[in-house]
Amino acid sequence: MPDRDVLLQVEHLRKVYESATGDVEAIGDVSFTMDAGELLCVVGPSGCGKTTLLKCLAGLLRPTSGRVEMHGAPVTGPSPAMAVVFQEYGRSLYPWLTVRGNVELPLRHKRLSSAARGKLVADALDAVGLGHAARSHPWQLSGGMQQRVAIARAVAYQPEVLIMDEPFAAVDAQTRADLEDLVRELHTSRNMSIVFVTHDIDESIYLGERVLVLSRSPTWVQEDLTVDLPPGRDQINTRALPRFTQLRTHVYDQIQRAKRGQAVAP
Amino acid sequence: MSTRTVAVTARTVPGTGRARRRRGVGRRVVGGFLYSLGLPFLLLVLWGVLSTSSTNRFFPGPVAIAESFIDTWVGAAFVEDVLPSLYRLALGILASIVLGVAAGTLIGLFGWLRELLEPLLEFFRAIPPPVLIPVVMLLLGITDTMKVVVIVSGALWPVLLNTIDGVRAIDSVMSETAESFQVTWWERLWFLVLPSASPRIMAGVRQSLSVALILMVISEMFASSAGLGYRIAYFQRNYLIAEMWSGILLLGLVGVLLAVTFGVVERRVLRWYHGIREVNRA
Repeated sequence: MPDRDVLLQVEHLRKVYESATGDVEAIGDVSFTMDAGELLCVVGPSGCGKTTLLKCLAGLLRPTSGRVEMHGAPVTGPSPAMAVVFQEYGRSLYPWLTVRGNVELPLRHKRLSSAARGKLVADALDAVGLGHAARSHPWQLSGGMQQRVAIARAVAYQPEVLIMDEPFAAVDAQTRADLEDLVRELHTSRNMSIVFVTHDIDESIYLGERVLVLSRSPTWVQEDLTVDLPPGRDQINTRALPRFTQLRTHVYDQIQRAKRGQAVAP
Repeated sequence: MSTRTVAVTARTVPGTGRARRRRGVGRRVVGGFLYSLGLPFLLLVLWGVLSTSSTNRFFPGPVAIAESFIDTWVGAAFVEDVLPSLYRLALGILASIVLGVAAGTLIGLFGWLRELLEPLLEFFRAIPPPVLIPVVMLLLGITDTMKVVVIVSGALWPVLLNTIDGVRAIDSVMSETAESFQVTWWERLWFLVLPSASPRIMAGVRQSLSVALILMVISEMFASSAGLGYRIAYFQRNYLIAEMWSGILLLGLVGVLLAVTFGVVERRVLRWYHGIREVNRA
């Protein structure tokens, strides 16, 4: 699509963990591009190196070979254009800081007036529906609310792309549906580019405009699927669409094949 | 200790009925105070009653000790002996904490520094500080500095070693979070490393306090002419038994004062820590 900017470009990414007991090839050969303003979901069987891929994207891990480019410039370390939401919200938020303190922390080194900083924090907390909890501590909140704080922290950082690593794996089903709608809301109303890593097939189709299905380790992209569902989604109607069921069955089959190792690398 | 933390953390949970809860806390604190003083009072009475029939001159009754306590410590001796001792104690504790936390943080953060210093630290830690007194005396003379150095030479270790462990044990996800948001080194130190290590640091400080008190007394027992330790040793040598006991009583009170002050500071610094434990217990 020439009318959209390419945001992220991943070329022949490979990651090998070296250890005394032998090398482990986590990622074999992954290539894909992502446009600005896209919501891209990444699914794969468990242990397929999803988190490794995400850490390479975020500049937290150096790939063994291949490259990650953002707007054509190689990513060599953490960048202000990216913000990560980790799966373990309990270990990612700092319990000694208040909710506001947590959201504000990454903004401290950005040269902002305190008024501008305060506005960003308040705006981000409002966006996740936690404006009232700014003075609480994270451990006084429920799991879902804590993950909202982590999302607010990433939103306030004003990244070009939000990278989410199985962010809702540890919350209950109802909270999860609410948080999924929050992510859709951030994507549509703020036009945020989001890479969403998950092991949940339904979630990937409900959220994504594109789904990357990964093979089992050593990983490659087994399928790059466009989700042709209407952009306005809601938990009841979207999930009841025949197309939703078709896509889910398709991705499910792909994952089963990936698990059995039946799919053949290109 | 445990009843105290419960009383405090209950207050940190926000919500309705805060005023009522605070009044409840007030009552509990007063109640706890009376409760904790009950046993000492009972023992004092028992001691008083039993000692009326005693003729042993090395163990005077509580009334005699109380009288000599007032005669000995209230007045000039307080300014000449007690205050300088407390001053050196405070200085020694403060220096131990500052040095221990600063050095411990650096050693904890940098692996190569740790490997370099570990054998040396083990060696110095194993030396009982009192044996250093003659050496330090030769180097620094019989000065306040020498006494503070002796206090620090013992009280430093619990803070230092606990800080090293606390800094090393920082959660990997918390570090990755700071890294991914490009939090600067100083911000990381102030908002991640030190708070995360603070429970361990406070545990070290608690141990240091008692070590510091012991060393304060010992540092004054050698070649000294003033101070609490000197006075107690002087009374011992001159068979001023009631006065000696009153000095020991004063030392105990200083220890209690230290513990109470520590408790207040600890509750402020580690409010989040006790809060989490409270939530997890519920």
